[in-house]
Amino acid sequence: MYRVVRIEKVVQETPSIKSFYFVDNSNPAPGQFYMVWIPGVDEFPMSISAIDDLKRFTVKKIGDGTAAMHNLQEGDRLWIRGPYGRGFKPTDEPALVVGGGTGMATLAPLINALRDADVIIAARNEKELLFVDEFPDKEVHIATDDGSRGFKGFASELAAVLIDKKEYGMVYTCGPEPMIKAIVDICLARKIPVQASLERFMKCGIGVCDSCSINGFRVCADGPVFSEKELAQMTELGKWKRDPSGMKVKI
Amino acid sequence: MLSITINNLHFPNPFLLASGILDESADTMFRIIKHGAGGVVTKSIGMKKRGGYQNPVIYELPYGLINAMGLPNPGIEAFGEEMKKLKNCGVPVIGSIFGGTTDEFVYLAKKMENYGADAVELNLSCPHAKGYGMEIGVNPNLVAEIVGEVKKSVSIPVWCKLTPNVTDIVEIAKAADKADALVMINTLKAMAIDIEAQRPVLSNTYGGLSGPCVKPVGLRAVYDVFKEVDKPIIGVGGVCSWTDALEYFMAGASAVQIGTAIATKGPTIFAEISRDVADWLKKHGYDSIKDVVGVAHR
Repeated sequence: MYRVVRIEKVVQETPSIKSFYFVDNSNPAPGQFYMVWIPGVDEFPMSISAIDDLKRFTVKKIGDGTAAMHNLQEGDRLWIRGPYGRGFKPTDEPALVVGGGTGMATLAPLINALRDADVIIAARNEKELLFVDEFPDKEVHIATDDGSRGFKGFASELAAVLIDKKEYGMVYTCGPEPMIKAIVDICLARKIPVQASLERFMKCGIGVCDSCSINGFRVCADGPVFSEKELAQMTELGKWKRDPSGMKVKI
Repeated sequence: MLSITINNLHFPNPFLLASGILDESADTMFRIIKHGAGGVVTKSIGMKKRGGYQNPVIYELPYGLINAMGLPNPGIEAFGEEMKKLKNCGVPVIGSIFGGTTDEFVYLAKKMENYGADAVELNLSCPHAKGYGMEIGVNPNLVAEIVGEVKKSVSIPVWCKLTPNVTDIVEIAKAADKADALVMINTLKAMAIDIEAQRPVLSNTYGGLSGPCVKPVGLRAVYDVFKEVDKPIIGVGGVCSWTDALEYFMAGASAVQIGTAIATKGPTIFAEISRDVADWLKKHGYDSIKDVVGVAHR
């Protein structure tokens, strides 16, 4: 059954990303997600990007549902169910957090919960960088594919540089899957614990329909956050996903 | 104690994965087998790839789920890859199929047999796909024809999954006379309306109700059919605990399938139910689960 929440505030974060603030008395862990229904349009999974008195979804326009959500304004309503899934396990050790694109939305509440974390915020270009000013007490590194701001290149390349300079007890990541795969490989090779939040085409959100599974792991119920032991078993990671019919397609 | 044989197929235990739940990919079915399922039934596979319905496709209730997935499947040709992986998985694999015509059912059944399926389960009961499932399964003549033709064209056992959305399920069970086993029940046709949105929740409007609330309905169906039809029955519908399972066995089921309960209890439910049913049997002096099948009819 859905809860109906009122949008209290809308913020344009980047040309393609908006944040929606709302009040809801659920108590999610960083990394958990909700199913958001826009009646008459679509229902889709959305991770929580702030967990305070005002909660927040940070949404990139990618399909009909998210496009409809981008048209909503303060005072409009969202239908939500959740929170669902397994979030991040926090650590007290020095952590490196690597977010690409809207992956930063999923990571933001985690970063605020970590005592000692360095952050890589990555995007294709300067305009699409998300939350660069949101973590004043953390060491924030910027990477852009086109070099328009910060490190020029992939987030994984910058992550490798930082990991070889400082001893991190945990790496957290979320973003495009090729980036996640590269970072997981770096961590597995150096035996550094890593947690990654994955994304798949999701239908039920509650672990019964198999549409979001990756090598038998249900992203909605066993994840979306997985640790190195599980990630190492995922031969499909970064290579294969399933379309809405369940057909395997190349990423 | 828990092992059973149905149509010469040996199952290490009588707790099988129901069709439609976590059975689109071989990897996930392997995982369910590792968690102790005695057999798996695949997602229903049709002639062509289907993406299924637009979300919302599921609605959670305090007492069950309503779903209208819309029979998503990659199509029978592509599904061969998943079936191939399931060879030597250690338990029987039952290939579920849905067609719009008798010829389609025959074609799909032969394919499943070629892929190595140990049996086929005919989906004559999905309540939310136009031209398929229940739209065929409420008609005794169509049921008899499809089951008869499929039976003639394959040598593996043919299971027939029945819909409870009929006036008299015994009549349909009798129409499926040529089937090797009956699977009952599929979901009950249902819907939900969101009063704030003032519209049906499911994009397809109609869905199928499953979970704890349908167990009494499934139980009654199994009980009634057991009295009238002499063939193995696989009970499905709201099995969430070992007591639910025992009720089904006592009503006349030789095995049960588990689906919706995985949402609330996780895949470990298979091993838990096996352990607890075995404990109950021991405590009551039974050597085998077979000894309690149908005892409620004494």
